[in-house]
Amino acid sequence: MSDTNKAGERAADYAGFPDSTGHFGRFGGRFVPELLMAPLEELTEAYLRYREDPSFQEELHRDLRDYVGRPSPLYLAERWSDRIGGARIWFKREDLNHTGAHKINNTMGQALLAARMGKRRIVAETGAGQHGVASATVAARLGLECVVYMGAEDVRRQSVNVYRMRLLGARVVPVESGSRTLKDALNEAFRDWAANVDDTFYIIGTVAGPHPYPLMVRDFQSVIGRETREQMLERVGRLPDALVACVGGGSNAIGLFHPFLGDSDVRIVGVEAGGEGVDTGRHAAPLSAGRPGVLHGNRTYLMETEDGQILGTHSVSAGLDYPGVGPEHSWLRDTGRAEYVSATDGQAIDAFHEVTRTEGIMPALETAHALAYARELAAGMERDRHIVVNLSGRGDKDINTVAALQGMEL
Amino acid sequence: MSRIEQCFTSAREAGRKLLIPYITGGDPAPAETAALMHTLVDAGADLIEVGMPFSDPMADGPVIQAACERALAHGTTVRDVLAAVRRFRERDAHTPVVLMGYLNPIEQLGYETFAAEARDAGVDGVLCVDLPPEESHDLVDVLGKAGLAPIWLIAPTTRRERITAICDVARGYVYYVSLKGVTGADTLDVDDVAEHVDTIRGLTALPVGVGFGIRDAATAARVAAVSDAVVVGSAIVRLVGEHADDPAAGRKAVADLVRGMREAMDVRSQATA
Repeated sequence: MSDTNKAGERAADYAGFPDSTGHFGRFGGRFVPELLMAPLEELTEAYLRYREDPSFQEELHRDLRDYVGRPSPLYLAERWSDRIGGARIWFKREDLNHTGAHKINNTMGQALLAARMGKRRIVAETGAGQHGVASATVAARLGLECVVYMGAEDVRRQSVNVYRMRLLGARVVPVESGSRTLKDALNEAFRDWAANVDDTFYIIGTVAGPHPYPLMVRDFQSVIGRETREQMLERVGRLPDALVACVGGGSNAIGLFHPFLGDSDVRIVGVEAGGEGVDTGRHAAPLSAGRPGVLHGNRTYLMETEDGQILGTHSVSAGLDYPGVGPEHSWLRDTGRAEYVSATDGQAIDAFHEVTRTEGIMPALETAHALAYARELAAGMERDRHIVVNLSGRGDKDINTVAALQGMEL
Repeated sequence: MSRIEQCFTSAREAGRKLLIPYITGGDPAPAETAALMHTLVDAGADLIEVGMPFSDPMADGPVIQAACERALAHGTTVRDVLAAVRRFRERDAHTPVVLMGYLNPIEQLGYETFAAEARDAGVDGVLCVDLPPEESHDLVDVLGKAGLAPIWLIAPTTRRERITAICDVARGYVYYVSLKGVTGADTLDVDDVAEHVDTIRGLTALPVGVGFGIRDAATAARVAAVSDAVVVGSAIVRLVGEHADDPAAGRKAVADLVRGMREAMDVRSQATA
């Protein structure tokens, strides 16, 4: 048998996960209160049906093209690559999507599914507000009622996105419980769903949660990797040597990585938020410094105390500020197929400034973590090598944070 | 016969329904839990559910979430809750105790360690809110070997086949969640509850407890009339929270509420006997 066939078999193996019960090895699964089991079964059944339904896929494809603006370009960051002096670095430009990030690939898919399932009300959680905006946007597009749960602390920090969601017709509910951040917003969104299962669809913003969310979100985001594959073959004539993406919950990363999992020559690196350093405890890097546990419906790496209480997280980027991670990433980490590293707040900020100045592209602070590591990786590689970074979002939302770090108030 | 079975059997023989209060272990402080459990028994509780606090109690409403936060502010661990049960057992050898909580703290302690220490502390059953039967094989196995009953929730959305599957692995009793939503949510529709309890009774010989939304003596009595046990959580936990600075006053308020429920339930069962 040729190598191509072997690679093909490996690809098929990765596509076969999660298994029918939602497990990626020991990770994933469905750990929810009994009340949510029936709606999750209903959702799984509907999703698996529409996943194979040409009319659903065609509708999604049309909206991704005409509304989101796909395919997103693959851009060679020439000046930045030259400056580093190593491998060529390409940006997959998810920042150019409608609403400015990869999030809408998923919300578009889930909202179309909600509409097909006859659910007229959607709920979503949000941290920095990007997923909330992407949810409110597609809700407006499809005429669905939208309620967004957001930690009270985040509501205060992200007032522009709160206003944006309200302009789009969404109701933003501040969550006052727990640490008043993203994880608490998820708890509250689950509670809403439990109380309103008959007419409500919960759009989870990342590739975590109970089965089928990790499967569904990965499928919707995989358009990133499929396009990248085609674009690289067309532009360079071969697959990239490495892929780099930031990992909070991990949806942009899994979207880029998944179509390449079977290509063993492609190195895959996820970059977590190192915060003030993973040795300080003030970070958001469960794959680098956490332990497996169960939270928000799935078994995965978590930041937790020895007693199993979930820890507060820290990152300069609100979008990475989450104590868990998608179960598929936990599995890829343990199987060794992907590597997970971290970049600190400071490294991310440096990369933010450098890429803004040399390429005229202002990346989201989440994305800047991936850029920080890509810089290090590229520097150690030959110039005929190629790295693709998922430029998962634009940085306009972060300029207040960046200005504050420079001692300015806008 | 286990303590839980004994409890249901003698209640049935006496023509009364079980009153099952829930408190969060470590709320308002770990040292208060054993005393509060005795208060509950003195006021008429038949079985006690003790919560193991968790930082992210997804199935609970604001009242019990706040209780978890109070308990965790004191650093309450699973072992602290077990220690409280052990102290309670020094003076009460017959009231069954069921631990209720989320999987992660149990998992971090380790299933075997948890089960062995819970049994030694005098625990009778374990209800893990976010562990559906599909994911529960390992824990159920370990609990079974330790002689601890796995208790399960059944929801209004649970279909017949699932009810059967849940009752197959359940021991002691099953707990019907009387409304959609989280603990401490709106008041419930007793006719609707009666219908669901009848469905469950058609599928299992296990006693059926009902909880969620039972706040006052009148509702407790009406739910008792259509079930085997009434579970009261948020209404009690709210009183504990309101008196967090004065635990003795909290115990008195809780005792008044529980005693009122007990009396209303007993009057009703005598009236219908």
